[in-house]
Amino acid sequence: MTHDRVTYDLVVVGGGPAGVAGALTAALAGLRVALVDTGTRLGGQYFRHAAEPKPAPGLARFLRQGRALAARADVLLGHQVWNVSREPDGGLTVHCLTRRPAGERAVELRARRLLIATGAHDRPLPFPGWDLPGVLTAGGAQALLKGGGVLAGRRVVVSGTGPFLLPAAAGLAAAGARVLGVYEANGGLGLARHPLLALGKAGEAAGYTATLARHRVPYLTRRAVIAAHGEREVEAVTLARLDRDWNVLSSRVVACDTVAVGYGFVPQIELGTQLGCRTRADVDGSPVIDVDAAQRTSVPGVWAAGEPAGVGGWRLAELEGRIAGRAIAADHRADHRADQRADHHTGHPADPPPVFARRRERWRAFGAALQRAYPVKPGWQGWLRDDTLVCRCEEVPLARVREAQAMGATDARAVKLLARPGMGWCQGRICGYAVSCLAGEPPQEPRRPVAQPVTLGALASLTHPQTPATPQDPGDDPAH
Amino acid sequence: MSDVIVVGAGVVGAACAYYAARAGLDVTVIDRGPVAGGTTGSGEGNVLVSDKEPGPELELAVLSNRLWRELAGLGGFEFEPKGGLVVAETEEVRRQLTELAVKQDVEHTPVDGPALRDYEPHLAGGFAGGVFYPQDAQVQPMLAAATLLRRGADSFGHGTLRLRLGVRVTGFIRSGERVTGVRTSHGDVLGDAVVNAAGTWGGEVAALAGVELPILPRRGFILVTEPLREPLIRHKVYTAAYVTNVASDSAGLETSAVVEGTPAGTVLIGASRERVGFDRTTSVPVLARLAEQAVALFPALREVRAIRSYCGFRPYCPDHLPVIGADPRLPGLYHACGHEGAGIGLAPVTGHLLAQVLTGQRPDLDLHPFRPDRFAKEAS
Repeated sequence: MTHDRVTYDLVVVGGGPAGVAGALTAALAGLRVALVDTGTRLGGQYFRHAAEPKPAPGLARFLRQGRALAARADVLLGHQVWNVSREPDGGLTVHCLTRRPAGERAVELRARRLLIATGAHDRPLPFPGWDLPGVLTAGGAQALLKGGGVLAGRRVVVSGTGPFLLPAAAGLAAAGARVLGVYEANGGLGLARHPLLALGKAGEAAGYTATLARHRVPYLTRRAVIAAHGEREVEAVTLARLDRDWNVLSSRVVACDTVAVGYGFVPQIELGTQLGCRTRADVDGSPVIDVDAAQRTSVPGVWAAGEPAGVGGWRLAELEGRIAGRAIAADHRADHRADQRADHHTGHPADPPPVFARRRERWRAFGAALQRAYPVKPGWQGWLRDDTLVCRCEEVPLARVREAQAMGATDARAVKLLARPGMGWCQGRICGYAVSCLAGEPPQEPRRPVAQPVTLGALASLTHPQTPATPQDPGDDPAH
Repeated sequence: MSDVIVVGAGVVGAACAYYAARAGLDVTVIDRGPVAGGTTGSGEGNVLVSDKEPGPELELAVLSNRLWRELAGLGGFEFEPKGGLVVAETEEVRRQLTELAVKQDVEHTPVDGPALRDYEPHLAGGFAGGVFYPQDAQVQPMLAAATLLRRGADSFGHGTLRLRLGVRVTGFIRSGERVTGVRTSHGDVLGDAVVNAAGTWGGEVAALAGVELPILPRRGFILVTEPLREPLIRHKVYTAAYVTNVASDSAGLETSAVVEGTPAGTVLIGASRERVGFDRTTSVPVLARLAEQAVALFPALREVRAIRSYCGFRPYCPDHLPVIGADPRLPGLYHACGHEGAGIGLAPVTGHLLAQVLTGQRPDLDLHPFRPDRFAKEAS
């Protein structure tokens, strides 16, 4: 284990648009900043890119910010944060892991302030056969492409709900995959009717639509993949026509070898819940971190920006990151003012400039409109059979969930305790939403004190006296 | 109208309901949450005789061990009679362990240092020896509780056992000096006897009835690893320090690794003890110490990943003994709570003895050490 004796003015978790904008804003204001991200490059899900990036909306601007940040802050890539704890002295410890050929190493960062910019992950829904190789999330398929992977020559069906299906399908088609269709489970008209579409997404959407048209990819609404078939991998899917509540009206089988599905996003808020940040229900009922006008959470010294504070896309994320960065810098200045009043922490946070605040309101309204236009409807539960796996990690079929409910599991946590969905490797990130729906309750706050798997050796090393070293030091030993 | 109302659908409440139904009583079980939503759902599933000092709790444990083996025949939950191996770091500790085992008078086998690997091939070297307790076992407590409730409802006549979940007890109904039911968030429930099986929250339920029960939460963390392909650990394995920690009165942090595999392939690592109220905040130093102690027992765990951790609150009484039996201060009120870390293991015997009391039989064991009013007398 290594421990940097430095206490950062700010540690940012997440190297997507929110994290990079927040870190850069604070670093430009003179704060000592570290940004931690799991990936090998900055970008997060949206701006994930290959070593030689292809042009994409907003990417050039993001890369410029990333370069500016690298010159002014410690950017720690390949670091997974598994826990953030409050220390008795009031500071925060950000517990990270970094994997080296020699093994896994624990890294602890000390921080006066934390910005949670951990983004969101895809929200899949279970259906018969979704555990077959060849079934991916839309985001997963896109990540393969953006990271430099190739899917050329495959026959792909894209299904789910939400405008994110468009860039995923366009990316696959442009990479040479034969995209048989984009099947949107909702009506798809809700978004077009929304006046906020004029805000700028329209151009982006038109670009994707043009790509899809060029590759002759049909975009069909009120349709979804409700089953995948195959012996060892996907060979075909059942495509269904749906009513408004997603009940099946009719279906047909289509041969394909890849299915990309996405039913919206799950904000990653577990670092916030570890620290006790208050949450609120987002438009679709999912818990997100509650923040004030300055992106400050209910826990002193902790801010959140981007999807963890409410799903809204990369533009909103970047804006929230900048607002948080400014508020953090103001907090830092207040801490250092010689004539500061002792009660500055309870004072009103630095409000964002009106131009930021207005733009944030517009993008938030847009994000909310998207979520309302592309909800998850209950009919999907009718796609499941008794033997359909709800939890792939623990191989829990629907029948076992229903049995647990019959035995007195009246909420999702009790279903987990009796039938084990969500107890495996992903800790319910994949199946948690579905299990909540099946249990008849809105998704609950995640309880994940160990947010990422950590070897017992690395964990045990934290009991040893702390050895000073810089986190970037490439030559130090693994756990000692 | 029920003969008995059981407050609490954890494993102890489930066992009380099961044995009461088996004894022919009509039972209603009430819980503010789901089945096994409290401490039952956050334990390891220990069914231990090895960690009990000779005395009344050990007597409970020995009888309960036999009852668990009977209940396992019901099916529906995992019960693994795997045995427990207590290991000693030094020759002196090994001698003390062996002496304790003789005094306990339960089935055991002294194990010398080299023979430890016959029991646990992956155990670290350097231990002086230990004692093997074949009766120690492991149960999946959540499914066990749910199964007992279901069997209690199915096996002894229709309608004998009713389950009211998501219903919060808000007060007691009295007729004269007697308890005749409970008030709940969903209306009054009448019954001739009320059993307080609310575990760590047993003191709160007792307070609703106007009697005092000094039950405090004693927090524990458990680490869970990724599923292993090959079982690494065959028994419940722990160091001698566990026995002394269990019996300790300290409010401060104590950790002593209890390591075992589960049928799901994961390894469970307990056990920490600290009295910090109902604080769920994860303590990284506690997790680090548990990991260190587990790796010290099984070095192969060093490269194994912990994928989650959870915490729970043991119902702790000042003398470490549970509260079982009729409350002489309030006729009609019975208690079955305060089992600290032994609630899973002692659930069947608790239900069995209480059913005997409720049906007017002489209980198989003397309940005097577990009487609910013992704390008040000590205080005066």
